[in-house]
Amino acid sequence: MREKILTFIEKNSRVDLGELAVMLGVDEASVLTELQAMENERVICGYHTLIDWDKAGVEKVTAMIEVSVTPQKGMGFDKIAAGIYKYPEVNSVYLISGGFDLMVTIEGKTLREVSQFVSEKLAPHDQVLSTKTNFILKKYKDHGTVMAEPTKDERIMMA
Amino acid sequence: MRDPLSKTITTIKPSGIRKFFDIVSEMKDAISLGVGEPDFDTPWHIREEGIKSLEKGKTFYTSNAGLKELKEEISKYLDRRFQLQYNPANEMFITVGGSEAIDVAMRAMLDPGDEVLIPQPSYVSYVPCAVLANGVPVPIELKVENQFRLTAEELEAAITPKTKLLVMPFPNNPTGAVMEKADLEQIAKVVIEHDLFVLSDEIYSELTYTENHVSIASLPGMRERTIVINGFSKSYAMTGWRLGYACGPEVVIKQMLKIHQFCIMCAPTTSQYAAVEAVKNGDADVVAMREEYNQRRRYLVHRFRQMGLDCFEPFGAFYIFPCIKEFGMTSDDFATDLLMKKKVAVVPGTAFGDCGEGFIRISYAYSMDALKEALGRIEEYITELRTQK
Repeated sequence: MREKILTFIEKNSRVDLGELAVMLGVDEASVLTELQAMENERVICGYHTLIDWDKAGVEKVTAMIEVSVTPQKGMGFDKIAAGIYKYPEVNSVYLISGGFDLMVTIEGKTLREVSQFVSEKLAPHDQVLSTKTNFILKKYKDHGTVMAEPTKDERIMMA
Repeated sequence: MRDPLSKTITTIKPSGIRKFFDIVSEMKDAISLGVGEPDFDTPWHIREEGIKSLEKGKTFYTSNAGLKELKEEISKYLDRRFQLQYNPANEMFITVGGSEAIDVAMRAMLDPGDEVLIPQPSYVSYVPCAVLANGVPVPIELKVENQFRLTAEELEAAITPKTKLLVMPFPNNPTGAVMEKADLEQIAKVVIEHDLFVLSDEIYSELTYTENHVSIASLPGMRERTIVINGFSKSYAMTGWRLGYACGPEVVIKQMLKIHQFCIMCAPTTSQYAAVEAVKNGDADVVAMREEYNQRRRYLVHRFRQMGLDCFEPFGAFYIFPCIKEFGMTSDDFATDLLMKKKVAVVPGTAFGDCGEGFIRISYAYSMDALKEALGRIEEYITELRTQK
């Protein structure tokens, strides 16, 4: 049941609990119990909203920064990651396989704000060897959702 | 001038669904629950294989029976999913949708005057196809108290010395009824006893919600007297690709293929390449779509019961078939009035046979948001009808 609940709310976390229970063919109380348990266990880490800020007319700049680091003895990458994710400007930090180590997403109001963060806060870190900043120009799809207008239903009543 | 038309064609009524669609398409803010095809797009990896085949210049006819690779993959699929074994070389061919297979099977199997038993309510094309094949369609009225399943008694009662073919339209459009193995065993017994043949239209075989679909052809003694029809439209959301197939004993398939060869040549090549990908690597897509349909199905059954509307629980396809007899209106009047007053289009049960009177078909091949909005309007409508009483 957990997987079914998660699969559903991953796409629509605002569903009414009673309706979700009906759709999954289980009773409401057990859906609630599972949800609370998964929140406590941090299986569910939050409920967020996918926003097209461009459309909202709010200026935002997002950058994906490729960061190469020297891991610290006995700590691996975790401590360095923690040193980076504590900044509120940082949206996400992933450990990456391949040509660099950490993928850091940063959101700011302007290009300047983001570059300043990189040059003044991120790059000077002792363990940070290099950074490469990629600014996002347009979001086509995010969290499995295509940002463009949905297409019109063109189906015909045939049979 | 002489009448340019055949006497047969003028006896055939056009499908009763179209009229509602014409109204809906002109109406602002109308919600249609009338469409009988999936709301999902064809999964991308399947579309991509179609595109790739075009890029590679695969734009020629295939052999009449269809691509060898596709038939081999279908053969494996039928065995894996429904324990059906068909030789891809001579017991199957690829058709332009399940619809072509229905038509061709009847033409290959019927002589003038042969009776075709057609359980109703059911899909609109069996009757006209039987008539065009010079057969005589004989409807069998399915009953809601039997969950719209065909019983051995109903079948027995309809059989005459002229009966040749029984159409088995399960999982059923429009009722959503399924036939479980035990039900099919009873039918098979009667079919064998009376030496009948079966046209089993299993186009919704992937959309069952309680138990895996059972094909009547998988029962002992039935393989040699059954033509199984299936296709890609419903299971892989590939309606517009027009691709289906027919499987059966070589003696029938060989003659069906002859008709197909002269009328159609071969099913669309692009679609066949895409279908290879579907049947090889599409199982996960089917599971995901089925789960989503099932969620909507449970929601609709629940809502109709909340409204106090009589509604049996459908276990297959993507339709629900509530009873509207309490309002004392014909299905057609109910559907028309609902569309005019609340801008919700449903299909009157009578579009699927006279015994569909007193029922409406609601398709849940729609997003949950659309379903919720439409159900809210239907609830308003029936509350108004009840207060008027």
